Amino acid sequence: MGIAWSHTYAAFGGRDLTGRWGVTALSFFAREGKSKIRSRCLRVAQGVTFAAGCSLLFAGAAYAQSPTNMFDPAATPAHSIFDLSMLVLGITLAIFLIVGGMLLYALIRFRQRPEDSSREPAQIYGSTQIELSWTVIPVLIVVMLFLTTTRVIMGTQGISKPDSTMDVTVIGHQFWWEYRYPKLGIVTANELHIPVSNPKSPLPTYLTMSSADVDHSFWVPRLAGKTDLIPNRVNTMWIDPPDAGLYLGQCAQYCGTQHAKMLLRVYAQSPADFAVWVSQQKKPAQTDFSGNPTAAEGQTVFMHNACINCHTISGTISNGRFGPDLTHLASRDTLASGAIPNNVENLRKWINEPDSIKPGSLMPPMHLNDHDLNAVTAYLAQLR
Amino acid sequence: MSTTTAIEGIDETQASLPGRPPMNVILEWLTTVDHKKIGLMYIGYALIFLLVAGAQAMVMRIQLAVPNNHFVSPQVFNRLFTMHGTTMVFFVGMPILFGFGNYLVPLMIGARDMAFPRLNAFSFWISAFAGLMLYFSYFGANGLSGAGSAPDVGWFAYAPLTARVFSPGHSTDYWTLAIFLSGVGSIGTALNIVTTTICMRCKGMKMTRMPLLVWLYLVMSSLVFVTISPLTAAQIMLTLDRYLGSHFFDTQAGGSAVLWMHFFWIFGHPEVYVLVLPAFAFVNEIVPVFSRKAIFGYPAMVAASVGIGFISLSVWAHHMFTVGMGAGANTFFVFATMVISVPTGIKIFNWLATIWGGKVIFASPMMFCVGFLFQFLIAGLTGIMLSAAPFDWQLGNSYFVVAHFHYVLVGAILFAIFAAFYYWYPKITGRMMSEKLARWHFWLFIIGFHLTFDFMHIPGLLGMPRRIYTYEAGRGWGTLNMIVGIGAVFQAAGLLVFVYNLVRSYYKGKEAGHDPWDAWTLEWSTPSPPPDYNFAIPPSVKSRRPLWDLKHPEDPDADYE
Repeated sequence: MGIAWSHTYAAFGGRDLTGRWGVTALSFFAREGKSKIRSRCLRVAQGVTFAAGCSLLFAGAAYAQSPTNMFDPAATPAHSIFDLSMLVLGITLAIFLIVGGMLLYALIRFRQRPEDSSREPAQIYGSTQIELSWTVIPVLIVVMLFLTTTRVIMGTQGISKPDSTMDVTVIGHQFWWEYRYPKLGIVTANELHIPVSNPKSPLPTYLTMSSADVDHSFWVPRLAGKTDLIPNRVNTMWIDPPDAGLYLGQCAQYCGTQHAKMLLRVYAQSPADFAVWVSQQKKPAQTDFSGNPTAAEGQTVFMHNACINCHTISGTISNGRFGPDLTHLASRDTLASGAIPNNVENLRKWINEPDSIKPGSLMPPMHLNDHDLNAVTAYLAQLR
Repeated sequence: MSTTTAIEGIDETQASLPGRPPMNVILEWLTTVDHKKIGLMYIGYALIFLLVAGAQAMVMRIQLAVPNNHFVSPQVFNRLFTMHGTTMVFFVGMPILFGFGNYLVPLMIGARDMAFPRLNAFSFWISAFAGLMLYFSYFGANGLSGAGSAPDVGWFAYAPLTARVFSPGHSTDYWTLAIFLSGVGSIGTALNIVTTTICMRCKGMKMTRMPLLVWLYLVMSSLVFVTISPLTAAQIMLTLDRYLGSHFFDTQAGGSAVLWMHFFWIFGHPEVYVLVLPAFAFVNEIVPVFSRKAIFGYPAMVAASVGIGFISLSVWAHHMFTVGMGAGANTFFVFATMVISVPTGIKIFNWLATIWGGKVIFASPMMFCVGFLFQFLIAGLTGIMLSAAPFDWQLGNSYFVVAHFHYVLVGAILFAIFAAFYYWYPKITGRMMSEKLARWHFWLFIIGFHLTFDFMHIPGLLGMPRRIYTYEAGRGWGTLNMIVGIGAVFQAAGLLVFVYNLVRSYYKGKEAGHDPWDAWTLEWSTPSPPPDYNFAIPPSVKSRRPLWDLKHPEDPDADYE
């Protein structure tokens, strides 16, 4: 019991986690505890919680290792949620210790003992004063929590968009992500590249989100809470990681068979790196394969197959929008929305037997013969 | 207690005559309109589905025990969690609680049957048919990928995944119609309970003297009216969308996916209270008897229950903090959700005060109630975390939420149901359940429960979303999911011990007599099992604890109310 709290409390107790409100609330509870209940009872409850927490310490290692730990925030929205969550955890832990401790105390103290007489205990039917006290105190806690929560909501959802932002349109598909940069004229898929946001001259990334088919949800725990992508509706969220790095996440709203392998990769890059990426993505697709006959043949095979119905390669007749844009496919680290690393072997497998990687995905098996498959793979591998 | 014979004196011979042909017995059960038999059928049917949906959970835990597992395919896994959730809510939780309500409410208010016995039978059979129909989908329908069978759209079936273009075949139709029919049954039984409670109370049983269990069933049944109706309406709209070209939820033609969410959760959140209020009801009866004290603060408990009923109707959109409702709406639902913790807290404090100063007897019903009290406290506190909308933007749809609501559904509700089984089994069968097996059941189940659901919170904090059939290694989720799976094995073992105890005690249990717990409410004044029509002479009561008054004529409750 109380494991979730005691554990997180132990894991993060060393840092200054609570704001002014939190400290006030905690000290308030501590005073209540001393005056109202005997210390023995508190010690028992604390002992139980402590034991439960200790038995879980090894799980703490997982916290340090997980790349998707929400308690390791790396952007402002995630930070403000983290601060609020520590306050909430503190309050709920205090309530658990007090109420749980009193329950435990009552159960032990008032248990039936063999030496007891057979007389029934004194019947007590209630007390208005006591009822009032345990109504008013929770009401005060609720009001305090509500006001704090409202402040965080307003700080995240209630603020107006600043002048300098990086704008990205995110479109959810079964089971991949489409990213469009309207100001830059870039279209890409599955790997979101954004510039870091220097706190001195902030450049937050604003995501405008919708869906092409069913509901999805964008969740990169270290950057922000999740926001749903809903067809026929536009949602927004923003992120501003100050540090370069790769931030992972995945779709958090069940969207069909391959919901589990609709993974998210956000690359936060330094301004210089991001500029290089942008200039490379702005180029049209490579079409001149004079030095590489296999790739040239592959281009022909690609353009004469059903590939072009679903995929776009800019500057060619291939302009489908059902699947990811492949103009710069070879510049990405992964295939199939983060499911596998992007290399020639995986690419071959993905083209001819997608079900072996992502059963139920909407990519059809292309049934190319070995010759054509080699050619198409060679072609796609050139699309940097 | 010889003093209670005044309200007994019933011919006990007619209930079950020995040596009748089995066909007659079967026919009698099939055609019965007796509230006790119908209640038992509800309970038996729910227990069967509990084992089925529990087995589905076991398969899911095996699949998730290690990363990148291939124990079942994604299609099968998606059907498993859809069927597990739908079954547990609609075909285990609702029927088992309606079963106890059916059995106990008339007995506790001194009535001879429900107000509408034939409606009662109809409600049961239509619900039973709905459950069978849902499972017939395994043979008769096709799923999302075309090759499947049972529904695989998740238990809240968000639009537009349920549209025909995304869910071809008939699996979603089986789901829709099963929910629709079970809703018809639920409304029938709720109507029955409300009418019975209002119209059929015995002499002297004023509203203010009803056992708290009856009050809670009254609130629960009233909630069923209000909440099942939108759910049923949504099923009709969805069917119209799928077959008659309407566009309520058809986003490709201007429909709204969020509209479905509102329809579903205006049902879905009060539904949590529909399930948990009867659990409170059991605890309200059991904790006083095993603390040997009257319930503390009866009027406050009634007020808190009615308050929860009303407030629960205004909290539904806390399931939708991530759909972009905007800061204003989010703030309102944060407030409504946090406020509901006040009456809920009042209940916990009153149970605590009931125990305080009593003589607590740790028999099996009380042990499960103690589990309930601690686990419900924790479930409530994780609920407060989720009610803080920004925290929910992280926690929502993660395994933290799964752990939270299983803490409510298993840690609180199922524990209270187990307590109710051990408490009323002697009344229902005339025999005691084995206390030794009960202890095995309790310890196996509580160890398993905590292994599973305590540890399940953590993958959620580490970014694991719900409803994924597998996950990458290197996210820090593997070990935790393995522990969760091991806990499930303990729970399954505990559950099997419980079922064995149910069957064994029926034949070999100690004779119970009519009042084995020395309890105070009217059902204990009847023989065990109670005969048809319950009371030969309609009882009359003067206080909330009529049997206390009879047992303690020198100090009757009636003097204090």
